[in-house]
Amino acid sequence: MLANRKLILAHFWLAFVVFGLALVLGAWQMFIRSPLHTWLSNPEWYYRSLTAHGTVMGYVFPTLVAMGFGYAISESALDQRLVGVRWAWVGFSLVVLGAVMAMVPVSLGWASVLYTFYPPLIGSPFYYIGVVLVVVGSWIWVALMSVNLYVWKQAHPGEPVPLAMFANVAGSYLWAWTAVGAALELLLQIIPVALGLKSTIDAGLARVFFSWTLHAIVYFWLIPSYIAYYTILPRAIGGKLYSDTMARIAFILFLVVAMPIGIHHTFADPQVGAGFKFVHSAFTALVAVPTLLTVFTICASVEIAARLRGGHGLFGWIAALPWQNPIMLAGTFSFIMLGFGGAGGLINMSYQLDSAIHNTQWITGHFHLIFGGAIVIMYFAIAYDLWPHLTGRELPSLRLMRTQLWLWFIGMIVTTFPWHWVGILGMPRRMAYYDYTSPALAADAVPVEVSTLGAAILLISGLLFLFILARAQAEPATDVPPYRFSEAVHPPASVPLALNSHGLWIALMIGLTIANYGYPIAVLTARSDSSVPAVYVGAQR
Amino acid sequence: MSTRELFTFRNPHFTVSVAVTVGLLLVTALVGFIVLPFAQRHETFAGVWDAICSAAGNPRVTQQGEAAPPPAKTSEAVLTSTTLAHPSQQSIGRGATLAQRCAICHGPTGISRADSPNLAGQYASVIYKQLLDFRSGARTNAVMSPFATNLSDQDIADLAAYYAYLPRLPAYHPEVQLPPTRIVVYGAPLRGIAPCGACHGSLDNKTGSPWLEGQSAAYIKAQLQAFASGQRHNDISEQMRNIARAMTPDEIEEAANYYASQPPEAIQRAD
Repeated sequence: MLANRKLILAHFWLAFVVFGLALVLGAWQMFIRSPLHTWLSNPEWYYRSLTAHGTVMGYVFPTLVAMGFGYAISESALDQRLVGVRWAWVGFSLVVLGAVMAMVPVSLGWASVLYTFYPPLIGSPFYYIGVVLVVVGSWIWVALMSVNLYVWKQAHPGEPVPLAMFANVAGSYLWAWTAVGAALELLLQIIPVALGLKSTIDAGLARVFFSWTLHAIVYFWLIPSYIAYYTILPRAIGGKLYSDTMARIAFILFLVVAMPIGIHHTFADPQVGAGFKFVHSAFTALVAVPTLLTVFTICASVEIAARLRGGHGLFGWIAALPWQNPIMLAGTFSFIMLGFGGAGGLINMSYQLDSAIHNTQWITGHFHLIFGGAIVIMYFAIAYDLWPHLTGRELPSLRLMRTQLWLWFIGMIVTTFPWHWVGILGMPRRMAYYDYTSPALAADAVPVEVSTLGAAILLISGLLFLFILARAQAEPATDVPPYRFSEAVHPPASVPLALNSHGLWIALMIGLTIANYGYPIAVLTARSDSSVPAVYVGAQR
Repeated sequence: MSTRELFTFRNPHFTVSVAVTVGLLLVTALVGFIVLPFAQRHETFAGVWDAICSAAGNPRVTQQGEAAPPPAKTSEAVLTSTTLAHPSQQSIGRGATLAQRCAICHGPTGISRADSPNLAGQYASVIYKQLLDFRSGARTNAVMSPFATNLSDQDIADLAAYYAYLPRLPAYHPEVQLPPTRIVVYGAPLRGIAPCGACHGSLDNKTGSPWLEGQSAAYIKAQLQAFASGQRHNDISEQMRNIARAMTPDEIEEAANYYASQPPEAIQRAD
């Protein structure tokens, strides 16, 4: 039952439109930094564009997708009208208001600080307040997801919570807690300086706070894609989910171990002790566990579908899969990119290996492959799957959808593989221009040109995606059956309390965060000699 | 009701998950805070607690006596956003009187005829900082140092206010405007040289950095050479010394000639 279609469509449309705009900026950035273009005479333009690209792609776009998808899950998986629709619109409005408030100063060049903030660089306070509003808007969604689950549980005591909703609520709690790090950094440190109430800032402490957010936010982006793996893909290809329990374990593991690992982003920072770096590194390795469980479960589910379709043999069943189905294609591409990206991630989290690629283009390649590749291609799949149910209209052409997904996959590989390569060669990231005539960078020129070609392919694919969604709105209305999620091979009749509620895992998540972050934050907060003068962007003060 | 059933050691899910989590935390902490510190060959610890403190990131106080004094006096100038804001008419007037003794080199209208810097319309923060540095000895010059020695804080603020108040004028002998060269526009990223305009105006103006348009080429060149040799060292974070050291003599020449040939209209006010 999808009753509040307008609300969900509003979230998705806004998400994808801002995604399209940020994609144009990304492609432009790649072009002007490549040897195909002369250097920008003003590097500020590059950082301005980069700030907008990162803020939209990192905060606005995935948050809106998670919110819209979350509302759709709540209504269809629980078969219950959304409780608190007005609040949902308030949350949406806050995200819109925040996004506009943040993007105006960025466009004017008053906040070219990149989406990761990088204090002591300080931009216009409106930028930071806008980001806070986006987060506050999404917290309303978190509360609503929790309330809706509570209402359902009251009406269905003892029944297993549908998997999609269980995972969705786990994702919302993860977001609520992980956003606290950046919120503390913004409210306690950056915004007072941006408003002129203080003129110094502890950049090291700010980086620790940000790392609290920065790693688990990736899992918040990832959760909608994982929900799609478990609850959309098997149904879309005519199969069943191999194990409902395994899925629940994967999501609760994300909740527990995605959080206390962010310090692997600050391996090169002097303000964090080596012991904490090791502990965070070890817990980062554990995050591979839920992903490996997922790979196993989904491959098994896909094999079940293939054998139901008459596939046989050790690997012969692969040919029996419905490859003309866009969801099948998206899931496969997503897994391939997740495999390469995950392998790269294991290198980033290893202290010694990281030192070879720290702050190089390898990192840019890594997070684009994981987020832009494995995650976003599943956002496309979610949109394709939900669109007929939201609009009451069929999508125009499967072939067009397949073309779009192929282009995205090829584009992302062509973009990010050369980035990884030049990163190994030592090419630094976050630079407005590179002197390719220097012998030290000459070897990077050709791979960078190749990756620029990849960016062009991605841009075409992204615009094609928007075209397909827009075309669907113009198709004639048809009767669409109610939206439903995959069934498990063994549908859960009763689920242990621990796997039917989130309390225990939230407690472990908070406990581990305090254990792994408490001491570094407390020590840095107590020190009086670790602040530096703020550097204000674009203003002589 | 359900909370009581969940958070109890009678619930095996609770017991196992808490035990596994705490166990992992203890094992990783043991390795990270005790085993690995002792595995570092170059480290010596007084005991286990010392190793734990080191791994936790506590700064270790070393008993190696006083830190060596810096080889040369560095700038002590401190500027806040209010130091020079909104000078009074009296301050500008006092500055004008004091400035009469500067006119012999810097010109009666703040435009030099002697390859000294043109001061008319220079940023107040620049004049303020340089006078403080001349007075403290962080910057030395056979002519300027004696002039600055007896200035009071108020004198320095007044002079800064006066020269910032003067209108910018063309150089004494305006030259034909030259096009910018590569070193001026882009710097040299691989040698760590930022574009001049990143601090000196056309892209951004960093507090304490002067505008350079129409200044004497001989003066700019001499300053770059002095920064490169370390003879001048009042740039607080060594930014100018690092840049000048990495510049070739040709690039120094180009940058000096470029800025000397620019008219004052080319100055982009960032304030």
